Amino acid sequence: MKEEIIIAGFGGQGVLSMGKILAYSGIMQDQEVTWMPSYGPEMRGGTANVTVILSDSNISSPIVNTYDTAVILNQQSLDKFEQMVKPGGYLIYDPNGIMHPPTRKDINVYKIEAAEEAAAMKNARFFNMIVLGGFLKVKPIVKMDNVIKGLKKSLPERHHGLIPQNEEAIKRGMEIVQEVNKL
Amino acid sequence: MAEKILMKGNEAIAVAAIRCGCDGYFGYPITPQSEILETLTEMRPWDETGMVVLQAESETASINMVYGGGACGKKVMTSSSSPGVSLMCEGISYIAGAELPCLLVNVVRGGPGLGTIQPSQSDYFQAVKGGGHGDYKMIVLAPASVQEMNDFVDMGFELAFKYRNPVMILSDGIIGQMMEKVELSPMKPRWTDEEIKKLHGSWATTGKDADRNYNLITSLDLDAARQEKFNQKLQAKYREIEKNEVRVEQTLCDDAEYLIVAYGSSARVSQKAMELAHEEGIKVGLLRPITLYPYPTAQIQALLPHLKGILTVEMSAGQMIEDVRLAVEGKVPVEFYGRAGGMIPSPEEVLEAIKTKLVKK
Repeated sequence: MKEEIIIAGFGGQGVLSMGKILAYSGIMQDQEVTWMPSYGPEMRGGTANVTVILSDSNISSPIVNTYDTAVILNQQSLDKFEQMVKPGGYLIYDPNGIMHPPTRKDINVYKIEAAEEAAAMKNARFFNMIVLGGFLKVKPIVKMDNVIKGLKKSLPERHHGLIPQNEEAIKRGMEIVQEVNKL
Repeated sequence: MAEKILMKGNEAIAVAAIRCGCDGYFGYPITPQSEILETLTEMRPWDETGMVVLQAESETASINMVYGGGACGKKVMTSSSSPGVSLMCEGISYIAGAELPCLLVNVVRGGPGLGTIQPSQSDYFQAVKGGGHGDYKMIVLAPASVQEMNDFVDMGFELAFKYRNPVMILSDGIIGQMMEKVELSPMKPRWTDEEIKKLHGSWATTGKDADRNYNLITSLDLDAARQEKFNQKLQAKYREIEKNEVRVEQTLCDDAEYLIVAYGSSARVSQKAMELAHEEGIKVGLLRPITLYPYPTAQIQALLPHLKGILTVEMSAGQMIEDVRLAVEGKVPVEFYGRAGGMIPSPEEVLEAIKTKLVKK
């Protein structure tokens, strides 16, 4: 198993920490992982992205040009990364703020109204966990108990009390993700 | 087996420094390596091990603090990124000239000048061929993973004290910023004053007892004949380093028709290109120099009889390729593929370069 993922959106949406939890979940099931963030000028412009690779074997390049799955949380990222999903791959996006939805027909497309759901849950900080839930529903590459272990590793101990709520947000994400184009 | 922790290359450097018994870190923040100083400050090793962590007023001050600490026989280090290391070059030359141990980390970004904050390998010449003035050499280690960022800290200090010579970890923005899982090194206590006297009392300024003459730390000798003699001594040390300390990783080189030579992040990208090439039936091997000085010249030469061509891959306009060509002595074609200014070559681009520059020749 090898999964090459890009998660992209605005700074502050929890893109990097979602990637970190995913990477830690991979470690918890003895996989090799890399987590490579954008830290260049585009980050200063307000967008953030991270490439996460999980693999059963040694990972050569942490930088790739095409992805198995793209998790897209704003228009700029959709414009940039839709073309970089491998044919037959997966694109999951939050339609909030998206004026031009994805158009490709050779990939699987899912949408998740995570921003709206986070607002309904009255806690914007669970946004990225809702998205993670959507991702895991579509691509169940890590087991839920490993995700919880990964959360424990990623979160400072003082926030461990929030883990049940994070788990709930992940489960909510799994429920609300919707199929748009299935191959 | 020890627990594997997910961390950035820069964080691994900081944690490894504390765990290997480092006495002092002196540095000044610069992207993409600021997490080294940040992590050290956050971990407060001065409470645990007594290690000093100090944000200096500049890179010039940092390297001169390292000069002073090294003179006392202490395990001291600094880190910076390209423009900051340029500022340190005078101090590095003095440290080499005074034959002092220290560990330097350069998390390279694109240049010249202030350049960019994104990853590059364009400081190869500076690290390997000089940077500062005079006939000196640094031992240069090139990590290609976060685990190696961790491992090379302890190894760097070992080599620095073995040869009383500055050692540089030449990394880049990818390895510095990337997270991978790391198995931490075992905790080593810092040397006590007595241990330093015993181990390094013959040269370090540890405080003089009545029974011995003073130790003088200097790189100055105005007598040309004596200075030449000192230079010959340095050169003899460098020959010894070249004989003993070459480190290299070879992947599928034994029956390769073509060879990629790449270090650090470029080696990671090239490894993927090599995998893609094998899927297409092209027999490519990868030789990854781990020490950039001393350079694995003999290891490259040993592969030449069965090679049709070599591709050097770097995130620069082509610097290490000069050392590859020196090793090859014109016996097989040596081609180059690189990206510069903070751009990263993709595995597909490297594969294309293998096909167009090597195979179709």
